Amino acid sequence: MESPKRTPLYKIHMTLGAKMVPFGGYEMPVSYPSGIAAEHRAVRERVGVFDVSHMGEFEVSGPDRNAFVQRATCNDVGALRPGQAQYSAILTDQGTFVDDCLVYRFEDRVMLVVNAANIAQDWDHIVAQKRGANVRLRDISDQTGLLAVQGPAAETLLAPLTTVGVAMIPYYHFAQGKVAGVECFISRTGYTGEDGFELYARAADTETLWHALVGAGRAGPCGLGARDTLRLEAGYPLYGSDIDAGVTPYEAGLGWIVKLDKGADFTGLAALKRQKLDGVKRRLVGFKLVEPKVVARHGYGVYLDGTQVDVVRSGTVTPTVNCAIGMTYLPVAHAKPGAGFAIDVRGKRAAAEVVALPFVPRRTKK
Amino acid sequence: MANIPSELRYSEDHEYVKRSGDGSIAHIGITDYAQGELGDVVYVELPKVGATFARRDVFGTIEAVKAVSELYAPVAGTVTEVNAALESDPALVNRDPYGAGWMIKLKVKNPADIDHLLSSEAYKKHIGQ
Repeated sequence: MESPKRTPLYKIHMTLGAKMVPFGGYEMPVSYPSGIAAEHRAVRERVGVFDVSHMGEFEVSGPDRNAFVQRATCNDVGALRPGQAQYSAILTDQGTFVDDCLVYRFEDRVMLVVNAANIAQDWDHIVAQKRGANVRLRDISDQTGLLAVQGPAAETLLAPLTTVGVAMIPYYHFAQGKVAGVECFISRTGYTGEDGFELYARAADTETLWHALVGAGRAGPCGLGARDTLRLEAGYPLYGSDIDAGVTPYEAGLGWIVKLDKGADFTGLAALKRQKLDGVKRRLVGFKLVEPKVVARHGYGVYLDGTQVDVVRSGTVTPTVNCAIGMTYLPVAHAKPGAGFAIDVRGKRAAAEVVALPFVPRRTKK
Repeated sequence: MANIPSELRYSEDHEYVKRSGDGSIAHIGITDYAQGELGDVVYVELPKVGATFARRDVFGTIEAVKAVSELYAPVAGTVTEVNAALESDPALVNRDPYGAGWMIKLKVKNPADIDHLLSSEAYKKHIGQ
């Protein structure tokens, strides 16, 4: 096993007293001394800054770049103008997830942003689809730093640090410019359900950017623990838990990122056409525990009428509503709000109930 | 640096024991180090008064945002009181582990057992501090 990699901000996290954990091949801050609940609340109420430099970035250039990404991902790159981004996925021939990703369209190139744990497998998968395409692929993950600035006060924090009119960047759009003197792509995206930005910069510049955002108490640093509770409340799936190579976008409630009619024979298309016709047999649902004072965690068995149907995919206690919530897959007949089922919590069956997603309304900019 | 008071005794499972009264009643909770490792505590499941435990029996469960952990009786005894305040404010365990965040009071079966637990110095060594 290789030793975990470090982001450009590793020393800063140590100085701040962060609790570090291995995640996706990186040593990452799970929380700072203020704790997950306080970091979570900071993002819901004001603003927080996350180091997410572990995420992978691939750059696709060359004349066939758009056609190539059309084949490699399931959403429609043709619908993007330069300066726009979209949520998409890289699929297997069976239509299941190799990874979920963001696709950024620039004038002269496309950038894919993928999960840290999947960088190597995504890269191999994409390179294998190159065939005759006239494109140049570059894995720029190690050269790229990424900070997420999330929360209702994100715009107020960012605006004075840049001459880019960040207020004018719509949701899922991005602009290029300097923030605190650092050249960035400023993307109005995030993984918390709040308004906010993701700032891509050169790895070597990430520290300057961090200090400009977090210094002098302007915003609190937030770790992966709060990132996980925030994204779960917002109903966003996590690769490796809620989505993986065993499920399709239709099953995961992500049919909106599958563009069967975009006019490109993307990997997974035939399988997803069949599944759309046949209908799915199970669906990703949100649930809350009816049983008080127990938390359903990743991997706990999910039972319907005494038969195990799945495991808890994601599970935690939501700091916003202080209730145990999670996500799992249920047969379609039971995948409706109000339907009851049971979860094996360390040997005891705890009652759970399907609830509509998201758990907490999203407040992203429209 | 976790606060490890010298007047308490400790188990390797990160519970502390604080003697009170004539020395036969012990306040039991988790250490400052343990609460720091667990992070924000959201539920504490405690036994009923009158329950009897042998040393290292599971006497309860503690749920934090990120993890769940069992609570082990550091010494054998019978529960005389549980901290009802943790029901409404489980984060007391984080804020004041040795004070308002105590978990149970135990009538210790054999008070001499407490002397066999780790001293603060030995516990500090145990947690690498």
